[in-house]
Amino acid sequence: MRVPNGGRRLTKDHGNEMEIAEKVRSFLTSNFYIADPAELASDASLLGRGIVDSTGILEVVAFLESEFGVTVADEEMLPSNLDSIDNIAAYVRRKSS
Amino acid sequence: MRNAVPLLQDYLRDTASRIPEKVALVHQNRRLTYRQFEQDSNALAHALVRAGVSRGDRVVVFADNSLESAIAFMAVLKANAVVSMVNPLTKGEKLAVLLRDCRARALVTQGDLAAAFSLAVRDYPGLATLIVAGDFDVSRHPGLPPLQTWQSALAGQPTDHAPPRKNIDIDLASIIYTSGTTGDPKGVMLTHRGMMTVATSVAAYLENVEDDVILGLLPFAFTYGIYQLITACLVGARLVLERSFSYPAQVLGTVVAEGITGFPGVPTIFAILSSIKNLDQYDFSTVRYVTNAAAALSTKHIEALKQIFPRAQIFSMYGQTECARATYLPPQDVERKPSSIGIAIPNTELWLVDEHDRKVGPGEVGQLIVRGATLMRGYWEKPEETAKKLRPGPLPGEVVLYTGDCCRMDEEGYFYFVSRMDDIIKSAGEKVAPKEVEHVIVNLPGVKEAAVVGVPDAILGQAVKAFVVLEEGISMTERQVVHECQKKLENFMVPKFVEFKTELPKTMTGKIKKTELA
Repeated sequence: MRVPNGGRRLTKDHGNEMEIAEKVRSFLTSNFYIADPAELASDASLLGRGIVDSTGILEVVAFLESEFGVTVADEEMLPSNLDSIDNIAAYVRRKSS
Repeated sequence: MRNAVPLLQDYLRDTASRIPEKVALVHQNRRLTYRQFEQDSNALAHALVRAGVSRGDRVVVFADNSLESAIAFMAVLKANAVVSMVNPLTKGEKLAVLLRDCRARALVTQGDLAAAFSLAVRDYPGLATLIVAGDFDVSRHPGLPPLQTWQSALAGQPTDHAPPRKNIDIDLASIIYTSGTTGDPKGVMLTHRGMMTVATSVAAYLENVEDDVILGLLPFAFTYGIYQLITACLVGARLVLERSFSYPAQVLGTVVAEGITGFPGVPTIFAILSSIKNLDQYDFSTVRYVTNAAAALSTKHIEALKQIFPRAQIFSMYGQTECARATYLPPQDVERKPSSIGIAIPNTELWLVDEHDRKVGPGEVGQLIVRGATLMRGYWEKPEETAKKLRPGPLPGEVVLYTGDCCRMDEEGYFYFVSRMDDIIKSAGEKVAPKEVEHVIVNLPGVKEAAVVGVPDAILGQAVKAFVVLEEGISMTERQVVHECQKKLENFMVPKFVEFKTELPKTMTGKIKKTELA
C-alpha cells in the first residue's frame, strides 16, 4: 500500500527529535490545511484536528520514507507512531537509530 | 406499555429494557451499556427541551463517531426534534451554511472541533443552546451562544424517562445533507417510518442478531454510517466505533480484539485493506459478513475480500441518501454475477424507465426508479428540486424516486449500475459536486475559469481534478489552489490534481465541455 519513496536511503543521523519534529511540522504546514499553524501543539492528534484523513496519512508516510529513509511497515500504521508531531518524531528517531 | 406505533428511538428504549447490562457501544477504551445509553440520551433530551428545543426543531450534531454523538442522535429524537448529523470534516463557513439552511435550534458538538464551530455559530444567531463535549476552553472563544458542557447539560436531568412523546411516525426524524449538482447542499428529509423501514429491511437480509458486533467505521453523517447505529439498537447488537480507516493496523487490531462479526466498508477502505501485507497475522474468523456500498466494488477486490475474510459473506449494495438503500446482491450470487448491484431490498420495488418514462425490459439501459416506504419526504425547503426526484407513482397521491442513475437489468431481474445522469464525482465513497469545488476556485483572485472532473484512481475510485485558467499576467501554483480549497472544503473535495490551461474546451453555446477534460 506504500507510495514508493524516492529510493533515498539516508545513513547519516537525522538529528535529534526536535529537528525531526520541525521538518515534520513544516511538511504538514505546507501540505495540509492548518487554520493556525502556531496553535498546532506538537502532541495534538492530527486525525482529531481534521488535519489528515486516511489518504492524507499515506502522504505523511511517503514523506517520512523519502525524507528520513525509513520504511513504515503496514503494522506500524498506528496512532502511537503517527498521530502527532511528537509521536512521528519519536518513531522516526527509533527507526533510524 | 408498548406504543401502538413505534418511533426510531424506541429501538433503543426496548433493547435497553430487554438487555440493560449488555455493552451497546465501544469507543477506544470506553464502553457504554444499553442502560447507560438509554439514560444518558434521556437526560440530554430533557436538557434540549429545557433549553428551548420544541417538536420539529432541527438540532445539528457536529462530531466524530463517538459515544456522545450516538447518545446525541437518540436524544434529539427523544426531544421530538429532527437530528442532522454533520461530517466533522466540514469547515466553519460550510457549517454556518448548514445551520442557516435548516435553521438549527441547537448544536451538539465536541471541543476539538472548536475552530470550525466557533466560527459558524458567530455567523448564525439562531441557536438556543450549544452543547460541547470533551475539552473546551470557553475563555478562548468569546461571544458564543448560551453554552453548556456535556456534563453540565446532563447534570440533574431525569434519566429514567424521555420527555413527553409528541411525534407520530410520519414526522421527520432526520435531515441528512448531501451534495447536489448545483453545489448547494441539499437536506434530505427522512421520517421515522422511512428510517425504520430501511433498518428492518437491511437487518433482514444481513440476518443481524443480538450477538453481532458491528464495526462503526463510517461517519454517522453518512446514511450508511448512521444505519449501523440504528441496526445495532434494533437487534441489540454491539457497535464498535472507530474514527476512520486512517490507521488500518489499529482498526484491524480492534476487529480481532472485539470479535467483529459485521464489517461495513466502502471501496476505498477495501482497496487499502487489499494492499496490506501480513494480514495472515490477524484472525478474522469472527467476521461473518462484509458489506460494500457508496460505489461499486471491483471483481479484484471481491476476490481479495474472500481471501482476507474466509468465513464472511460479501454483500454488494447500492443506494442513495434519498432512499438509503435500494438493492443488495445476495452473497450466493457474487460468483455468478460479480458486477451486479443485485435485487431490490425487502419491501422495495424497482424498475427502469426510458427518457419518455416508459418501462424498459431486460438488457436495456434506463433510469432506476425506487418505490417504497424508505423514500425521503423531499429536500428541505427545496420544492423544485424535490419535484424532480419525487414524481407521481402508481397509487393516487403516491410518489416514487427517480434516482438519476442509469442501470440495466438482466433476464433474472438483477440490476447493473451503468452511469450517473449528473456529473457528481464519487471520491472515497463521498459525493463531490464539481460546482462546489469550481465555486471556490473561480472565486480566487486571478482565476478566470475552472472546471472540475473526476479521474480514475486506484484507491479513491475517482480523484478530484481541477483545470484552471488564470487571468492574463497572473501566476499561481498548484499548491496555492489546493491550499485555498483546503480552507473552505471538506478534505475529500479538495482536488488531488490541478492543471493550468490557457483555455477550456467549449461547446457551441459556450458551455465547458468536460468530456474533453481528463
